[in-house]
Amino acid sequence: MINDILSVENLTMRFGGIVAVNELSFTAERGKITALIGPNGAGKTTVFNCITGFYKPTSGIIRLRHTDSEWQLETLNDFRISKVAKVARTFQNIRLFPGMTALENLMVAQHNALMRASGYTFLGLFGVPSFRAAENAAIDLARYWLDQIGLLPRADDAAGNLPYGDQRRLEIVRAMCTEPALLCLDEPAAGLNAKESGELNELLLRIRGEHGTSILLIEHDMSVVMEISDHINVLDYGVKIAHGTPQEIRDDPKVIAAYLGADEEEAIAVMEGET
Amino acid sequence: MATASTSSKITRGLDVAFIFKKAVISALVALVLFSLMIGVRTEAGSDGQLTYWTRFGDLAAMVATVFGGSILIELLRAWWGPVETVRVMPPSATRALSFAGRALVPVLLIFAFLVPVIFYNERYILDLGILVLTYVMLGWGLNIVVGLAGLLDLGYVAFYAVGAYSYALLATTFGWSFWMCLPLAGILAAFFGILLGFPVLRLRGDYLAIVTLAFGEIIRLVLLNWQSLTGGPNGISGIPRPTMFGIPLTPGDDGLAAMLGIEFSPTHRIVFLFYLILVLALITNWATIRLRRLPIGRAWEALREDEVACRALGINTTTTKLTAFAIGAMFGGFAGAFFATRQGFISPESFTFHESALVLAIVVLGGMGSQLGVALAALALIGGFELFRGLEHFRMLVFGMAMVLLMIWRPRGLIGHRAPTVYLERNQAISSDLVKEGSG
Repeated sequence: MINDILSVENLTMRFGGIVAVNELSFTAERGKITALIGPNGAGKTTVFNCITGFYKPTSGIIRLRHTDSEWQLETLNDFRISKVAKVARTFQNIRLFPGMTALENLMVAQHNALMRASGYTFLGLFGVPSFRAAENAAIDLARYWLDQIGLLPRADDAAGNLPYGDQRRLEIVRAMCTEPALLCLDEPAAGLNAKESGELNELLLRIRGEHGTSILLIEHDMSVVMEISDHINVLDYGVKIAHGTPQEIRDDPKVIAAYLGADEEEAIAVMEGET
Repeated sequence: MATASTSSKITRGLDVAFIFKKAVISALVALVLFSLMIGVRTEAGSDGQLTYWTRFGDLAAMVATVFGGSILIELLRAWWGPVETVRVMPPSATRALSFAGRALVPVLLIFAFLVPVIFYNERYILDLGILVLTYVMLGWGLNIVVGLAGLLDLGYVAFYAVGAYSYALLATTFGWSFWMCLPLAGILAAFFGILLGFPVLRLRGDYLAIVTLAFGEIIRLVLLNWQSLTGGPNGISGIPRPTMFGIPLTPGDDGLAAMLGIEFSPTHRIVFLFYLILVLALITNWATIRLRRLPIGRAWEALREDEVACRALGINTTTTKLTAFAIGAMFGGFAGAFFATRQGFISPESFTFHESALVLAIVVLGGMGSQLGVALAALALIGGFELFRGLEHFRMLVFGMAMVLLMIWRPRGLIGHRAPTVYLERNQAISSDLVKEGSG
């Protein structure tokens, strides 16, 4: 229990009369990849937006535990969730800064650290050595992450000019440049081909393995979810219908029923027919 | 119609029927519009009765001009190719152009410093130079808000006015010197920038533009109606002239001319004012270039590109927007203080919406975010406007036409591309179609 980085407790989100998420509880373990799956309209992105502060939940508690401190995310402003609680996110439709270079995108992500180093602009305006050192360190971090996704040769190209798959991965490493404790990825494999999603899997496993960053993942691409997730939560109509390891989820009739839009009995019948 | 014209140009053949059709439609629209505006002239007669007469000859001439002009524009377009076309130039031409581009800034700078030397005896050119530099400075100040942070501000003149009135009031009431009042005018203008910033934080695009427009008008109306403080429509007169660090530029015994042992000339003050505004403008430029490379400047540009992504990266968009407003306003305030000391008299008439529109036009025409572009646009707009003075009442027409043509060929301004703030190996410009204008 204490090893959970994120615990969502009885989260409810209503839009007018529509209940998008209903009394949802789940946890994400520290240093693990937790997936959130479900059919379209199940409320996955709504949960994400609540965790990352873009929505204020109607009720419920979202706890984020660092090793030495705890935050209640639903009480924080959106930018403070990234700044102090160290939760980073990517978006379903890529949101890079298209007119800035790949390198600049990663520099913007290190805004808060650089802002402190520049003495909130006053010292930086006169180019004090400590700020120059901090900026070089930031460039080195950006260089490291660009190298990780093989984009170092294109560091000085506009982000909007990069191929789609590169943009996806650039957005992930941009989030990593904020040095997050929890990385939330909203459909990172959407629109990627088999080779690219293979590379994505490698990148995510490396982020988890080498940096110890916990990952929360929304994904439709089962080749990604089943291969890299440590734990899966299944949502349907805003309610959690199942959770467990990838193997357990694969065999759960309720999950198959939700995805096929069929009754549970029918799904069991289908599964038994197969075997 | 735009897509039709683009697709027909891909073949680069001349579509005569299309051009003719477009010209006929334009001529018909012109006929409908001008039939009453030009075709019939009405006037009140001696007893107040309506008298009118027709001017069908003028009407026919106008319609024919529109018809011919439409054909001409289409031909020019066909010759030039679609706006998005990447024109391949021989490497030698590219190199020559890039050399000219790099040489342009130092040449302009040296020329600016030499203007008072070359044109020492031409008061008119010196005055025009001061005017152009004032607008260069205002353009650079607004560029921070509009060009970098992408916040469309139609009320920039408000900060110009705050700066001017701050200096005028502080100098006439307390007798403080220009050099003491200048920072105060900037700080007060920055304070008003934050004051404007707070209510408009949540507004974007058109809504933001309207509120800033209203803010500019509110400031002007307050200045107009607060008789006891600002003198209302009578303005403030007798504003002290600037001194050269305490040494007045007057014919008296303690004046600069007497101290240097040279003959007094009123041109000394003009030359001093010229260098003063040049230095102020260059400080604005230096600060903007520095700020762009600092985290705050990158955050402004990121805000222009995508505000939601900024928040997801932990950037406090509220303070980022407010600093953009405040710093832009501060430079407007400096320019205002300079304006007040140059004129010696200010009234609300100098701070109408027309000024805001002119400064915004300079920023847009120059290419949003480009320092060199803004300077060139200020030179073209203010200087060019004077250049056409010989054309008398046709000057607005020529001027408007020049702007329309410029916007057809360079829709993103004179210098539309963006230079990156940091690079690993290659410092390559980013094409203007990738850079966002900002919606905030």
